[in-house]
Amino acid sequence: MALTQADIDRELADSRAAYDKARADGAPAADHPARDFAPYRSSLLRHPKQPLVAVQGDPETVELHTPVFGHTDITDIDNDLTIQHQGEPLGERITVSGRLLDSGGRPVRGQLIELWQANAAGRYAHLRDQHPAPLDPNFTGVGRTLTGDDGSYSFTTIKPGAYPWRNHENAWRPAHLHFSLFGTAFTQRLITQMYFPGDPLFVYDPILQSVTDESARQRLVATYDHALSQPEWSLGYRWDIVLDGPSATWIEEGR
Amino acid sequence: MTQLSPTPSHTVGPFYGYALPFPGGGDLAPAGHPDTITVHGRVHDGAGAPVPDALVELWQAAPDGSLSGVPGSMRRDPVTGGFAGRNGVDFTGFGRIATDADGHWTARTLRPGAPATPYISVCVHARGLLHHLYTRLYFPENARLNAADPLLAALDPARRETLVATAEPQPGTYRFDIRLQGEGETVFLEFR
Repeated sequence: MALTQADIDRELADSRAAYDKARADGAPAADHPARDFAPYRSSLLRHPKQPLVAVQGDPETVELHTPVFGHTDITDIDNDLTIQHQGEPLGERITVSGRLLDSGGRPVRGQLIELWQANAAGRYAHLRDQHPAPLDPNFTGVGRTLTGDDGSYSFTTIKPGAYPWRNHENAWRPAHLHFSLFGTAFTQRLITQMYFPGDPLFVYDPILQSVTDESARQRLVATYDHALSQPEWSLGYRWDIVLDGPSATWIEEGR
Repeated sequence: MTQLSPTPSHTVGPFYGYALPFPGGGDLAPAGHPDTITVHGRVHDGAGAPVPDALVELWQAAPDGSLSGVPGSMRRDPVTGGFAGRNGVDFTGFGRIATDADGHWTARTLRPGAPATPYISVCVHARGLLHHLYTRLYFPENARLNAADPLLAALDPARRETLVATAEPQPGTYRFDIRLQGEGETVFLEFR
């Protein structure tokens, strides 16, 4: 029998109840999703079953250093996804701005941010996405930028559409932007997704709901910021990104 | 001190292939460098099936031990907006390779010069991974150094093997398979 949304809803409710009980019993808040989150079926055969092995960092630890990128790695228009083709893409033009910070609130300077997304109809420019929504010849959906000295970034793009997927019957992903981030240590590497406020699909989506902590989930949702909207041009969203760490050892090194 | 809560991780999903991989992503060694080595392997899931939509990232010290890295891994062509390839001289220390339909990845690099026990840091992203996974590739010929490495020394011998690449008959070629789950599961790391 096909797996239905009602089946997934029950699994999500169970995972939330288990998390709430663990919290009530004194467990710390979970900032990240569990690796073995069954409602997201693709995770079943792909998560390690052995516990992760903890590494204590010292300054020679390779992972406490990071790949660096520079102006040779981007072009001047990489952060505007609406001007990469001869014509303009269809859809609602938006700007997404914010800052890339570490957990101490320090800006991550001059580091690479990569963004990718579906078009306004909810289709990716990827051969494996064959669902019946149109491709847009004027939209690829890839952007890059380097953060400023204050950790700031800004992208101009179009709002992506929601799209169906095959996790279960009638599964739809809420509209989202994929983000890839680097920090000042490789341990801070982050790939995540940004959502738009008020999307009715949030409660049905096992990927967003894999973040079982309500306040952590809210950190994935951008804020509509009217001050960032530009007259006759675009709607503005603000989204700050906070990376884990770097580790206490590293901070003591004064980096 | 301010303590901000981190932005949660999410899966890379199935559709990053036109965004994150770049030409020459596995060519860390400057083209034609005489000390080039090849590291390669497959990514397998818990059923032993190849993972055709994984993204393997490598980060390592330069041969002189430098961990400062340099830009230029994904150098761009300002005329076309495409990728220009690496500049043929610098060693950036960073590689990124998408697995093929057989779950296979290959990188050509130079031997890392640091730390005391050399290794390549490996970060695995894939559809189905809600959070990326870190592991390390150590080299088999460094038996004495490997024995002294704090991470390797603390592991059960059977699990330790999952972090040590296998030397292949062709000189300078190493095999490093990554098993996400189940028998022979690779040791994955967290940093504190």
